[in-house]
Amino acid sequence: MKGALRFLLPAAAFLVLAVFLYIGLFQDPGRIESPLIGKAAPAFSLESLGDPAWKVGSDDFAGKPWLLNVWATWCAGCRDEHDALLAIARENRLPMMGLNSWDDRALALQWLTELGNPYVSVAFDPEGRTAIDWGVYGAPETFLIGADGRVLHKLIGPMTPEIWQRDFLPLLAAGSGP
Amino acid sequence: MRRLALLAALWLAAGPAHAIDSGPAFADPAQQERYEVLIQELRCLVCQNQSIADSNATLASDLRREVRELMEAGRTDAEIRSYMTDRYGDFVLYRPPFSARTWLLWAAPGLLLIGGLAAAIVVVLRRARVARNNPASLDEDADPS
Repeated sequence: MKGALRFLLPAAAFLVLAVFLYIGLFQDPGRIESPLIGKAAPAFSLESLGDPAWKVGSDDFAGKPWLLNVWATWCAGCRDEHDALLAIARENRLPMMGLNSWDDRALALQWLTELGNPYVSVAFDPEGRTAIDWGVYGAPETFLIGADGRVLHKLIGPMTPEIWQRDFLPLLAAGSGP
Repeated sequence: MRRLALLAALWLAAGPAHAIDSGPAFADPAQQERYEVLIQELRCLVCQNQSIADSNATLASDLRREVRELMEAGRTDAEIRSYMTDRYGDFVLYRPPFSARTWLLWAAPGLLLIGGLAAAIVVVLRRARVARNNPASLDEDADPS
């Protein structure tokens, strides 16, 4: 009995450690869960990227679900996800707003001309203040905001059609249900 | 040789001048110290093993700006920390708060210490008992001659 314990105890300790380390192998420390989920979306009102006289704000789509996509021209992942964003825009399910952060206005406008514009409107946030308010730490990031103005989901990294269908559409269906 | 030593001393002294933060210092040294403590405690989320004091990432310099502005607005340290955790979660703090998710993290050193002590006490008591009952048995490791 005593001998068995002497063997089992370290073996159990090793097993526990191994399980923790194994789980750790598949966790991406770059993905940090947003504390905003379930909370009211942070309010903002910024200049439109295309027209400084025009204001783009967080209550532009109040009362219905919408997407906020944080992007910049220096961000490689944003280029990767651009086709997926265009496809989502073509589905015409919900409006997508762009938040152009830490970027240059002329470069950003050129980007939209060259690659196409999936956004209903784009807020210009050159100093990243609104992005910080939303807890953004790397572009691209995409938020789904519900009809009640709460943040339903946040994607860190490039959007793909698979992610859109797997993570966003079910939430959208649940949100617009009875 | 002496000149070389002087050069080395000057070079070492210049280290702190290479600070990442390029913003102006606070006029009040106490405020400056508060600022430095705060930015040492906040993690840069882009380069996760650096504090925002150590990192020259855009996000880190913007977060230093936020800390500076919140301090100038008269916010307390606790308010500034919660401003950060409201947006970025507990992960932004190098010293996470004690909560249901972090109790094991905080308690682990104490638990390990208690476990080690318990194991040591058990071993010592057992050896003492063995020694009392059969003094010769303690020599089992010795040369069997």
